[in-house]
Amino acid sequence: MNLQNILSEIEQKDPEVFDKLSDRRKAMKSFSNFAGKVALASIPFAFGGMLKKAYGQTPSDVIAVLNFALTLEYLESEFYKLGVAAPGLIPAGAPLTALTKIRDDENKHVQFLRTAITASGGTPVSFTAASFDFTGGNGTQAGPFVGVFTNYDLFLAVAQTFEDTGVRAYKGQAPNLMSNNDILTAALNIHSVEGRHAAHIRYMRKARQTANPGNALYVGNIKPWITLKMSNIGSTAVQASYNGEEITTQAGVNILNVGGQTFSAETASEAFDEPLTKDQVLAIVDPFII
Amino acid sequence: MSTKNLTENGLELNEQPDSSFTRRKFLGFVGAGSAAIASASIFTSCGKDDNPSNAGVNLGSGDVGILNYAYALEQLEAAFYTKVISSLYSGITPAEQSLLTDIRDHEVAHRNFFKAAISAAGATPLQDLQVDFSSVDFGSRTSVLATAKSFEDLGVTAYNGAGKLLTSAAYLTIAGKIVSVEARHAALIADLISNGTFADTTDANGLDTARTPAQVLAIASAFVKTKLNASNLPTS
Repeated sequence: MNLQNILSEIEQKDPEVFDKLSDRRKAMKSFSNFAGKVALASIPFAFGGMLKKAYGQTPSDVIAVLNFALTLEYLESEFYKLGVAAPGLIPAGAPLTALTKIRDDENKHVQFLRTAITASGGTPVSFTAASFDFTGGNGTQAGPFVGVFTNYDLFLAVAQTFEDTGVRAYKGQAPNLMSNNDILTAALNIHSVEGRHAAHIRYMRKARQTANPGNALYVGNIKPWITLKMSNIGSTAVQASYNGEEITTQAGVNILNVGGQTFSAETASEAFDEPLTKDQVLAIVDPFII
Repeated sequence: MSTKNLTENGLELNEQPDSSFTRRKFLGFVGAGSAAIASASIFTSCGKDDNPSNAGVNLGSGDVGILNYAYALEQLEAAFYTKVISSLYSGITPAEQSLLTDIRDHEVAHRNFFKAAISAAGATPLQDLQVDFSSVDFGSRTSVLATAKSFEDLGVTAYNGAGKLLTSAAYLTIAGKIVSVEARHAALIADLISNGTFADTTDANGLDTARTPAQVLAIASAFVKTKLNASNLPTS
């Protein structure tokens, strides 16, 4: 699958969407139809305003962003489902409880986005476990992360990469959702949860590193936040997810000496997470999607 | 009483009455925050509606108003963690001290950034706020971490709610860059309190929540002596 074309493929799945959207009366008819679906969906934000704005402005763009997000949520959801189900992979107790919680959150994000896309008049993309190659081998099952579901430390490394990438992906898409306040807010409300997940996975990896100091998958001082462009993972295969995180200037302001105080490059980079473009994210996840 | 201001030079700033304050603005301010209504001191401090002794510091309007709002929250967080690090709670581990020092540095950088960014936008940054941490026992791990958790979770909901109020994509991106770091802080603090509670804030859909400025400031007002007036902030 050529992920560079994924969004156009998404649009091809619902060729009528543009016709519907170009006709105000049909749009309004669809709007009224959605009202019934909303009651079933019970999503906690106002679909009235969402749909009005979506149809009044650029719904295809908004839906494309939502399907992009849905793709990433599927990637994460299927990853954690397989991991939690893999016998003997995740230690019982706190690790299994935490990763089960994250799995459930990601699965809820999938369902939430599917419902939101449908209610907005779009067609949600669908993926299954068979859609993914979590070795990062693009379908060969022989990528750089072979053993991801038998090697717990490798599993955590991939999990951290997915979460940190997810944070950057949502951040990069926020400006593309500004035409729709409700969808933007929902995306931000997912974005911060991905940040929480990332922090916890990193916290878990720090504990594993302490217990297994010789394991080469753990590199440097692993913190809940991203320092410079360090992955803290002993694999160059994840570096694209961290490149660009090292910047120390924000909105033209040099953080290294902002306010007359001195901040290290480490601190200045940690204090701000950085966005990734859609193309950058697609290039990162491409090896994982068959 | 550990109330102190946030000025770097330690000078005490008094709350400044706003001569342009009007009855309409006052009512708007009161209506903007439920805690403000609960705070009887606001009413008792007003001898006359048209000449209140405390107008509240106006955060302003538009994107700059939202930046000032964020600046206020970052001032609060920076002041809190500065105090945490200057008076470490008993029994703190080296790992905890290192993490909390990182967080202090991040929050101070955020605070200083907003002041610089507001100035760069040609606007006047909010004054240095006076904070009130008298309810916090800085010697107690439980008290410090519980307060930290409330601040970090509040910050996440504040930025999540402020995103839609911004008209500049660049400022929205900046808010996004900061909110995920606040979320990382929130998760870490929650884990320090009870490992595994990093995302217990999520709703039935697995989402964090968003709060309006009025909701956020009502909660924050318990720790901020300076009265803030959010009545001119955008609402959509």
